[in-house]
Amino acid sequence: MLEIRNLHVSYGGIAALHGISLEVPAGSIVTLIGGNGAGKSSTLRAISGIAKVSSGSIVFEGRDITNKPAHEIVALGIAQAPEGRMVFSNLTVLENLHMGAHLRRDRNAISSDLERIFTLFPRLKERLPQAAGTLSGGEQQMLAIARALMSKPKCLLLDEPSLGIAPILVQTIFSRIVEINRELGYTILLVEQNANLALRIASHGYVLETGRVVLNDTAENLRSNPTVRSAYLGEGASDTA
Amino acid sequence: MDWGNLTQQLINGLSLGAIYALIALGYTMVYGVLRFINFAHGDVFMIGAFAGLYVHRWLKPFFHGMPEFVSACVVLLLSMCVCAALGILIEKLAYKPLRQRSRLTALITAIGVSLLLSYGAQLLFGAAPKGFPQLIKNETHDLPGAVSITTEQIVVLVATLLLLVSLRFIVQKTRMGLAMRALSNNPTAASLMGVNTDAVISFTFGLGSALAAAAGIFFAMLYQAIDPFMGILPGIKAFVAAVLGGIGNIAGAALGGLLIGLMETLVVGYSKNIGIPPGFRDAVAFVILILILMFKPAGLLGKSEREKV
Repeated sequence: MLEIRNLHVSYGGIAALHGISLEVPAGSIVTLIGGNGAGKSSTLRAISGIAKVSSGSIVFEGRDITNKPAHEIVALGIAQAPEGRMVFSNLTVLENLHMGAHLRRDRNAISSDLERIFTLFPRLKERLPQAAGTLSGGEQQMLAIARALMSKPKCLLLDEPSLGIAPILVQTIFSRIVEINRELGYTILLVEQNANLALRIASHGYVLETGRVVLNDTAENLRSNPTVRSAYLGEGASDTA
Repeated sequence: MDWGNLTQQLINGLSLGAIYALIALGYTMVYGVLRFINFAHGDVFMIGAFAGLYVHRWLKPFFHGMPEFVSACVVLLLSMCVCAALGILIEKLAYKPLRQRSRLTALITAIGVSLLLSYGAQLLFGAAPKGFPQLIKNETHDLPGAVSITTEQIVVLVATLLLLVSLRFIVQKTRMGLAMRALSNNPTAASLMGVNTDAVISFTFGLGSALAAAAGIFFAMLYQAIDPFMGILPGIKAFVAAVLGGIGNIAGAALGGLLIGLMETLVVGYSKNIGIPPGFRDAVAFVILILILMFKPAGLLGKSEREKV
């Protein structure tokens, strides 16, 4: 569904991605794991059209979307819940959800989708008239995912949904992500620093280091890979101080 | 205490304040979406007044037998359209190519555009003040207590109120208004929602410029003469009004405009009592600017935001 070939991205002359290639098959959860500065978020930003691609290509459903304006990419069916959640803090929760549906004109379908979102995240329903900035971190993350779903995307990009969130809510959010994939049928590209969690729900994983893909395998194999275990899953990490 | 005189001053102050408020809205909305002060905005206000003059002149044959109210509305709406188009054009030609540059570049460009518009207008229309036609027959209505209000003042106050209500509806209830607020809150997130940033920015310039045109016509109605440099002082005062209310805050701009208009009028009206010569009326706004920057830089309704690194 989504295919990236030899992607290069740089910010002000400093290269962030040195030729990344990856593939997200329809209906799957694919995860990008790696430490800070590995290029995970840059990859998602490039896909969504908010980081400029210097070379390489991004192909979505057979169509080249490299360096297309961000709003056209949303229209083609790729939505992102960005790093740091980026909810519209002084808009209400309901207005945030409506912003997710910005490009849609089918009013009736929008309200039935809202209902579906409320069964997925009942918390949001209780908070509808509240300004999004007053929500807790976990609630904001739910809102960011819900808002991305409101555009009815074919492919959902999630950037660090566990970042800075109470552990109990992380469990809830990850089980919802699985539900969104298995039951609602969305294809998901998940960026996570918490490799343990990500590899448990993904079918395939890519390990990024300093802008390159260093490992690429099924999630199952990556989980048992000794390098991944020591570097990202926190096992036998005796060599790191 | 002479209550009649005070009421009279309040009526005059509110009519002037309504004009400042309409201009201030344009400053604040553009600042909201671009974090940029469009210093050419006062000149759009001036062009609005000239547009009113020429639209009225050219359409006069068609206005024959039409109720005054209808013809005045036609002049107002057409001039608003002219300025909306002008505002969108200015943004496309002058500011959009510089959007990735530093804010200072855009600011200096805005001053350039301002000069271009006022001297361009001088070239086209001449430097001498022109009389502005009476769009609506002006009568003075006596109110109790030796207070009077003119038809023009009533028109300005009622029309401004209608414009403010419509603006509130657009910003709060429409899809475009929601996109404007979202863009102002977080531009990156807005484009991730599929917002066409350029379209929203154009819309904002159009909306602000249309309001400035209305202000230009109301100003011309009250003062009956217009010239190519009439936009400078009201433009700067309206900018102060936007800062007073909290730049970027729409309700704040309206409030700031009304307050500046009221204070200016009160200082003139009571100049003997407070010992400030009426000639200092233009200084009022600037004293307010200094005070607000010293004591409440975020403005009356603005929230102080910490600049994120």
